[in-house]
Amino acid sequence: MSEGAKLLLIVFTMVFTENYVLVQFVAICPFLGVSQKFDSCVGMSGAVIFVMTLASAATYLIYTYVMVPLGLAYLSTIIFILVIAALVQFVEIVLKKYMPPLYKALGIYLPLITTNCAVLAVTLLNISDEYNLLESCVDGFAAGVGFGLALILFCGVRRSLERANPPKAFQGLPITLIAAALTSMTFMGFTGIADKLFA
Amino acid sequence: MKKKMAILKNGLFTENPVLILVLGCCSVLAISVTVKGALGMGLALTFVLVCSNVVISALRKLIPDQIRIPCYIVVIATFVTIVQMVLEAYIPELYKALGIFLALIVVNCIILGRAEMFANKNTVGDSFFDGLGMGLGYTMVIVGISVFRELVGNGTLLGYRIIPEGYQIRIITQTPGGFFCFACAMAILIAALDKKGKKFNPQIGCDGCCGNCNLGCTSRTPVTDKTSKEAEK
Repeated sequence: MSEGAKLLLIVFTMVFTENYVLVQFVAICPFLGVSQKFDSCVGMSGAVIFVMTLASAATYLIYTYVMVPLGLAYLSTIIFILVIAALVQFVEIVLKKYMPPLYKALGIYLPLITTNCAVLAVTLLNISDEYNLLESCVDGFAAGVGFGLALILFCGVRRSLERANPPKAFQGLPITLIAAALTSMTFMGFTGIADKLFA
Repeated sequence: MKKKMAILKNGLFTENPVLILVLGCCSVLAISVTVKGALGMGLALTFVLVCSNVVISALRKLIPDQIRIPCYIVVIATFVTIVQMVLEAYIPELYKALGIFLALIVVNCIILGRAEMFANKNTVGDSFFDGLGMGLGYTMVIVGISVFRELVGNGTLLGYRIIPEGYQIRIITQTPGGFFCFACAMAILIAALDKKGKKFNPQIGCDGCCGNCNLGCTSRTPVTDKTSKEAEK
């Protein structure tokens, strides 16, 4: 498989067939918590895409050029979470100083992302899938796009849910979860498409 | 001793981390496919929670307030790494079944939440029982859901076939089934509490985002929020 096709396959897989939120159950909390307002969905998605791409690159470089030569590969969980935390702080400071408009749009969502499980998941999976630098970045970017897609789709579903009248016990969070089940069912339709599409 | 029992009971029922506080639902939804996996995940989380609670509570006077969250994360990540190594060495099939969710215990809101809400204010002994109660409360719910999902979705229980082949509702073991079963568990709880005359309206813990734990679950406003407001002024 050529490099370009491989990248396309990664994008398609992460956005549709292996969507982090709706297929793999990663980052459910922000998915359920932030999806009430459209604006916050867009802001959160932007911040996640941004941080995931950067974190993929940073952790790849640190893993390959620092941890492997020093024989510290077994500490990846602990090092990656610290790298992500530091990176988020760093990004926040840089954005604030040099790109105030972007900071205004993403600012309040950035600290929420440090302990977002999707970011840690994507960096760890990059290593276990043995991606190179470019593939890692694309993987992080596509995973973020997949998260954003799920979030924005679900935001629309929740809007019509507000007018629904579920049974008493299902009001509130349970009916939201049922709606999430139905949304994730739509993504099941993509199962198995990716391999045939890019084979 | 009575107080310790009360703390234990608090974690198991009154403030059950999954169904009442609605924390850390990712792993509950993902791992509750098989009873074996659920049991392993529950015990792994309980171990990490008890250890991190004890260590954080023991160090609570030494950890400076401003950098407490990174300190907690280092402590938690250490114990998660220990669990990962032990499982990989001795129970590789469980390690494989839990996959990425074992590493994701680091960012599980239950653990950070308990460190922030309980361990940094209470004695080592109390924190131990709080961790144990919360961990077992989590295990109870995830195993409960997994019994239903494995039985209905796969027709087996702990790997033994109970319902003959061909009578399974496959979708229960897949992603939509996870959301569906969790919703039903919560609805049953709401209905049961309603009968007792208690109103219960579950909210996603930590204001809807695991990340909020990073800022302290307890009513602290995000740091950047404050500074950005100041900048606007």
